[in-house]
Amino acid sequence: MKAVLDDEVDALFQALADRTRRDIVRRVTGEGLSVSDLAAGYDMSFAAVQKHVAVLERAGLVTKRRVGKRQIAHAEVGPLRTIRSMLAELEDQWVERVQRIDDLLAGDEQAGS
Amino acid sequence: MPVIDTFHDEETLTLTIVAEFAAPLERVWEVYADPRQLEQIWGPPTYPATVVDHSLAPGGRVTYYMTSPEGEKFCGLWELTAVDRPTRLEFRDYFADEDFTVVESMPGSSCVYRFEATETGTRATYESVFDSVEGLRTVLEMGVIEGSTGAINQIDGLLARSGTVNRANSQPSELA
Repeated sequence: MKAVLDDEVDALFQALADRTRRDIVRRVTGEGLSVSDLAAGYDMSFAAVQKHVAVLERAGLVTKRRVGKRQIAHAEVGPLRTIRSMLAELEDQWVERVQRIDDLLAGDEQAGS
Repeated sequence: MPVIDTFHDEETLTLTIVAEFAAPLERVWEVYADPRQLEQIWGPPTYPATVVDHSLAPGGRVTYYMTSPEGEKFCGLWELTAVDRPTRLEFRDYFADEDFTVVESMPGSSCVYRFEATETGTRATYESVFDSVEGLRTVLEMGVIEGSTGAINQIDGLLARSGTVNRANSQPSELA
């Protein structure tokens, strides 16, 4: 967790703060897709989709490989795991806190107060 | 065992936890109104919390520190913005130095705690909104947390399924 630089994490969140970009990540997870195939799925220009893919590339969420004339985009799962695990760890902290509240309240009955 | 629901919003850096306690509303409120009880629940046994000042009123402050196993102190404070006994508590949670001065360079978070009576006791909803990713990370780096592999497995499952997600119905929350 500490190995990830803040700038990288900021770039991740910015990249995922856009609905189209989240959708692109979903579509290129598992099987890759060419940028032209991707662009066909949105009501926006090819150039606009290319820009979205570039933002995702800079954040490390997507990598592009050239296959012949086509550019195939693939999702990288590592950065997503980072974000998820940050929020999940915090959730664990809260789950433990809630458990402590529960224990404290249960102690009332035993103390007969 | 409290029933727990959790929601993450990765865009707004919001974490929401819903818990149900088998105790009356007033009793649950008391956990926050009594500094000796608050310190029992705020930090884990390995990082015990000590509450110093405790003024649970709008404009009031609650100051606390947590002590690491190595004896290092992590100080924090709440600035209360709304207190509606026994149903609502709103505050800003900041990192502080040893004199309980807010460390301006460290991002804080905004918290809203809501409590409501239910047939079986009390439902509590805890919402924390972090000012930045850095704030989220700092909270984690206090070393207070046990790692969790469950979340990783969860996202593996999510990613494995997402290849077959129907785009037309895809919701932003699928990645959240």
